[in-house]
Amino acid sequence: MIVGEQKPISEIKQIIAPYQKVLILGCGTCVKTCFAGGEDEVAVLASALRLVCKTEGKRIEIEEQTVERQCEDEFIQESAQAVSRNQAILSLACGAGVQAMARRFTTAPVLPGVNTTFMGVLEKPGLFTEECSGCGDCKLAVFGGICPFTRCAKKLLNGPCGGSQNGHCEVSSDIDCAWHLIIERLKALGQMDNLRVYLPPKNWAASLSSGPRKLIREDHML
Amino acid sequence: MKIESTGKLQRVLNSGGFAVTAECGPPRGADAEIVRKKGELLKGCVDAVNVTDNQTAIVRMSSIAACAHLVTMGIEPVMQMVTRDRNRIALQSDIMGAYSLGITNILCLSGDHQTFGSQPDALNVFDIDSMNLVRTVQTMREQGQDMSGFELKGAPRMFIGAAANPFADPFEYRVMRLAKKIDAGADFIQTQCVYNLARFKAWMKMAQDEGLTEKVHILAGVTPMKSVGMAKYMATRVAGMDVPEGLIKRMEGVAKPKVAEEGIKICLETIAALREIQGVHGIHLMAIEWEDVVERIVSEAGLLPRP
Ligand code: SF4
Repeated sequence: MIVGEQKPISEIKQIIAPYQKVLILGCGTCVKTCFAGGEDEVAVLASALRLVCKTEGKRIEIEEQTVERQCEDEFIQESAQAVSRNQAILSLACGAGVQAMARRFTTAPVLPGVNTTFMGVLEKPGLFTEECSGCGDCKLAVFGGICPFTRCAKKLLNGPCGGSQNGHCEVSSDIDCAWHLIIERLKALGQMDNLRVYLPPKNWAASLSSGPRKLIREDHML
Repeated sequence: MKIESTGKLQRVLNSGGFAVTAECGPPRGADAEIVRKKGELLKGCVDAVNVTDNQTAIVRMSSIAACAHLVTMGIEPVMQMVTRDRNRIALQSDIMGAYSLGITNILCLSGDHQTFGSQPDALNVFDIDSMNLVRTVQTMREQGQDMSGFELKGAPRMFIGAAANPFADPFEYRVMRLAKKIDAGADFIQTQCVYNLARFKAWMKMAQDEGLTEKVHILAGVTPMKSVGMAKYMATRVAGMDVPEGLIKRMEGVAKPKVAEEGIKICLETIAALREIQGVHGIHLMAIEWEDVVERIVSEAGLLPRP
């Protein structure tokens, strides 16, 4: 899923300051799961903003709505009426949702209320971890299902650096050394020979390095 | 056929000699005089001077420029190059440029992560890893081609070094990684500072059993400790460093004015022990901001005059 974190209320306040009628639009998919922008977060943020504005003597009307997925036009359209009633939209979706909204509705500004952080998993309740950088050329088969491009702080593909100690990354003892994990996993799988093979430089052409990417599925085009 | 580079370090190692190199960190500024002063202190007592590349991710005069200053003084440099700050285009270009300035040795590294440095908000590169860099330099030297297969007009014939850390984890894997670096093209290996001799010996034994010490020159890293504070700092704060408790106690056990002297003693004992280990073909002295002690250590270790 896409993981994100709601922006601090002070920043949100600043972003919406020029407007008196604001729609806070949540998204019911990824950001809901990571407690950044689902229906509940929309409600909590709306009340907090109303309260702050009231104590500061600022007039503001806040409308709340949440759609299933802000990254799909089909769901976005449900918000059309609410959008037309407001001066600005504060989107609590990921960056893709914000941009999808901005593409669909050109009359009102769409403002981000969430910092989109990474593509990851819910490792345990309350802990989300980054697992994939969407590089466009997946090599997880070689690495026992652990991605060094994403999870090694130096994107090393031919083994760990000299800073790996006791399973921790040199960057911080809070971070697992991806290479430690890869080696443990390959040992358990009896696939350590994978690591004897020299891996040539990664082809970053499939990554964001070549500019924004597109996926074309002609069989699904209308 | 393996094409020879043109340097002294390679000659010493290939003729079966015991090599001595020392480290020189470029200044945080543009004053070439600082490099020359360090060079003066090291000239004649080492075979080559290893110049760091923005070590610990702190911005300094470029390794290439500092190396070029040493070349003009008749000192042979080993240019460190990290993959943290340059993509493959810049790396290859700088290797060619460096060789054109008379720099004949390279040490290929990934580099300390930028979070350790003075500008942790920088974006890192890591387009290729240090293993890829070793292979790239080897291909340039032996095939005369860049990474795209383009025939170079004048191939950089660098003597290629890589790093190994016998003290990092996972231990068993470290020798496998060494083998891979040798296959990729490393001619010499510079190790992390050796304080834990037992672990270093165990690593060397594994390397020897795999036949690796026959294929590569291993230079053991040594760093004299100047103070108890430095010993503790290295033990706890430097990634991948192993300073046994006993050594710290030994440093603590002497009167303050004698601590540096004790550090030099430990260093000399370490060098003597390293010379006894089969497969160790030299030492790399990293006397950080203490270059004036190098001559004394090399001399008292019985390693002067240099060939
Ligand atoms: S310690 Fe491990 S995860 Fe961290 S940079 Fe080194 S190899 Fe990568």
